[in-house]
Amino acid sequence: MSVVLENSANQFDVLDQSLESQMTISMGPQHPSTHGVLRLELVLDGELVVKTVADIGYLHTGMEKLFEYKKYQQGIVITDRMDYLNPLGNNLAYVMAAEKLLQIEIPERAQVIRVMFCELQRIASHMVWLGTHCLDIGAMSPFFYCFRQREKILNLIEAASGGRMTPSYFRIGGLMMDLPAGFERRVNQFLDDFPEAMDMLETLVTGNTLFQSRTKGIGVISGEDAIDWGLTGPCLRGSGVNLDLRKHNPYSGYETYDFDVPVESDGDVWARFRVRMREITESYKIVRQTISRLKPGPTKADAPKIVLPDRDDMRKHMDSLIHHFLIVAEGFSVPEGEVYHAIEASKGELGVYMKSNGGPKPERVHFRGPSFVNLSALPVLAEGEMVADVVAIIGSLDIVLGEIDR
Amino acid sequence: MNTEVLQNFVTNLKDENPNWVLDVKDALGEVSVTINGEFIVAICWFLKSKKDFDLLADLCGCDRGVEDDPRFEVNYHLFSTKHYNRLRLKVLLTEDEPKINTVTSVWRTADWHERETYDLLGIKFENHPDLRRILLPSDFDGHALRKDYPLRGYEPYSLT
Amino acid sequence: MGLENQIFESLPDVITVKLDAVINWARKSSIWPATFGLACCAIEMMNSVSARNDLSRFGAETFRASPRQADVMIVSGRVSRKMAPVLRRIYDQMPEPKWVISMGACATSGGVFDNYAIVQGVDKIVPVDIYIPGCPPRPEMLVHAIMMLQEKIMTESVKDRRDTIESESRKSIVPGTLPVTEGTALESMARLSDVKPYTVESKHERRRSS
Repeated sequence: MSVVLENSANQFDVLDQSLESQMTISMGPQHPSTHGVLRLELVLDGELVVKTVADIGYLHTGMEKLFEYKKYQQGIVITDRMDYLNPLGNNLAYVMAAEKLLQIEIPERAQVIRVMFCELQRIASHMVWLGTHCLDIGAMSPFFYCFRQREKILNLIEAASGGRMTPSYFRIGGLMMDLPAGFERRVNQFLDDFPEAMDMLETLVTGNTLFQSRTKGIGVISGEDAIDWGLTGPCLRGSGVNLDLRKHNPYSGYETYDFDVPVESDGDVWARFRVRMREITESYKIVRQTISRLKPGPTKADAPKIVLPDRDDMRKHMDSLIHHFLIVAEGFSVPEGEVYHAIEASKGELGVYMKSNGGPKPERVHFRGPSFVNLSALPVLAEGEMVADVVAIIGSLDIVLGEIDR
Repeated sequence: MNTEVLQNFVTNLKDENPNWVLDVKDALGEVSVTINGEFIVAICWFLKSKKDFDLLADLCGCDRGVEDDPRFEVNYHLFSTKHYNRLRLKVLLTEDEPKINTVTSVWRTADWHERETYDLLGIKFENHPDLRRILLPSDFDGHALRKDYPLRGYEPYSLT
Repeated sequence: MGLENQIFESLPDVITVKLDAVINWARKSSIWPATFGLACCAIEMMNSVSARNDLSRFGAETFRASPRQADVMIVSGRVSRKMAPVLRRIYDQMPEPKWVISMGACATSGGVFDNYAIVQGVDKIVPVDIYIPGCPPRPEMLVHAIMMLQEKIMTESVKDRRDTIESESRKSIVPGTLPVTEGTALESMARLSDVKPYTVESKHERRRSS
């Protein structure tokens, strides 16, 4: 009798201990909701996340080392693959840093086209964000609507540059080549259909009470904490800090456009969602303004030793041919110096630190990826939330693993 | 671009403590201050609290070449969210002692940046809460971004 | 109604058919991919699933998150050295019959990235059935690859893909070691694997740098 009682007491002891202990699980690299190969080690107490550590590096490509072995113009191709949802933004950051080192002036038409494509790319990137964010939270239809709009933008980018997702359209000194004939008509067609699509998306997602209850109050971060953790872009603007490099450190003619910067003060997933939705509307306004501003003119800077000449020129004139050959075979030498140039990419502040030692290949190129820094704040956002909310928080941070791991 | 405002910061730094600033370079619209690595935390606290440089935009290391002495340098890119100024701090480190104090106590975002610099270049940050490899596999041998590490690595990947 | 009724009226009640044909037809018509999107090619894979190029009309109805419920693994994107053991583990977890499509230049051969960090071709880790070139390949190319895979499945034999002996079931299977039926796709693959070994030595030392 006493033996049975003793045994049962031990049995309950063991069970109590196992209920109180915490479980460490690995939300592994192959997961449908981590937006790429991200591994999160979660220490769980039931459903509550006690601690989370992000383990990155599963997509490390050694791009920064590759830049040192390629000439400046060859490096543009690699920047496409970094943040693969915003390749024209990466191109722009790299190209503008090199232009700063070389100190060449870009003609106005090239600048206007650059702004137009950057904003179109921002809309496309936010479409993917919206589609995958809703897919993670459980809504499948917005995914298809968003990708439908994205297809239209990818068609535009393909018309201009030949590549849907890896365009490499911007070159040091301007653009690869001028826009094809009838391009403005196509952009206007897209812009005319777009507000209707945005209304449809707003009706589908924003007004949905389920979506609101899954995102309001989740993953809150205050403004000062956000700055301390280095967050930039919509994550920072969702916490009440008005910082947009297009307004406060303008580049490529952004100071001449008329647009607002959306800022929300709650700091939760819902606030970041609202900031991005409003940003899409602002980007739409900027693209409309660039279309009205397009005037015929040169699209390459006047620097024959740096910018490749037009093919017609090259075939007819001897000096253009020589320049073309030298630029492609040997590359142009960039004067010694270092520069840090930051642009406002769709995810935040994309900074390029470029250091040159006088040769045709850079000495060091470092990309400050916004997703890298945004993800480092995940412990602050996710600890204390349930496991299912971690998925919503990662979606709201809008990370792209190509940029994090480089 | 106007660098007078940034030059004022340099003057402030020099006034605060003459040992801090070793060299100033003003080129291409940016001001780059080479500072003494021993006082890095004090300098960063001064710039953050008194001069409003509250965002550490980037922290990156650079290997200047195997024959150069000092071989490594660490660049701190500071940004002020109130006055929208940028400043670069540079610290030079030798190959024998690539060590510097961490600035995680000043800006918490330095955590992952310093881990990446350690991982790719081998620069050690003292008093860092968790200095381990972040991008390369944890059993990786060597530091990949150094100039004497070959581009293609030492051995190809195979299953066996 | 209509066409179906007319067809079934002209056919007898019981028909004789080759077992291979029926089983392969069933397998090729519902080939569910495992989500293995790594990088840029994954976005093009998402494009091929979405409304414009709809992959589910070819049977790839749902992308299963768990590899244990998947038939084909579409390796889309660059495989880094840290990710390679994970890739092999996911492949091992898939039950037979399983196929691998290597999508994009980085998965096929390392792509643009010829350096220390990227595995130069995913066929150093898993046996690949279809290679898709491109950086990234258009969504239509992925659709074509699925169609090619369907044709390849029709030429296989159901006797080829057998479960292993219980005691060895945890080890990974190298193609060419299981018995193959004559005249099928697997036999030609097995013959090829004699000529080109499963794991090839890298040609790193002999290449000139750029």
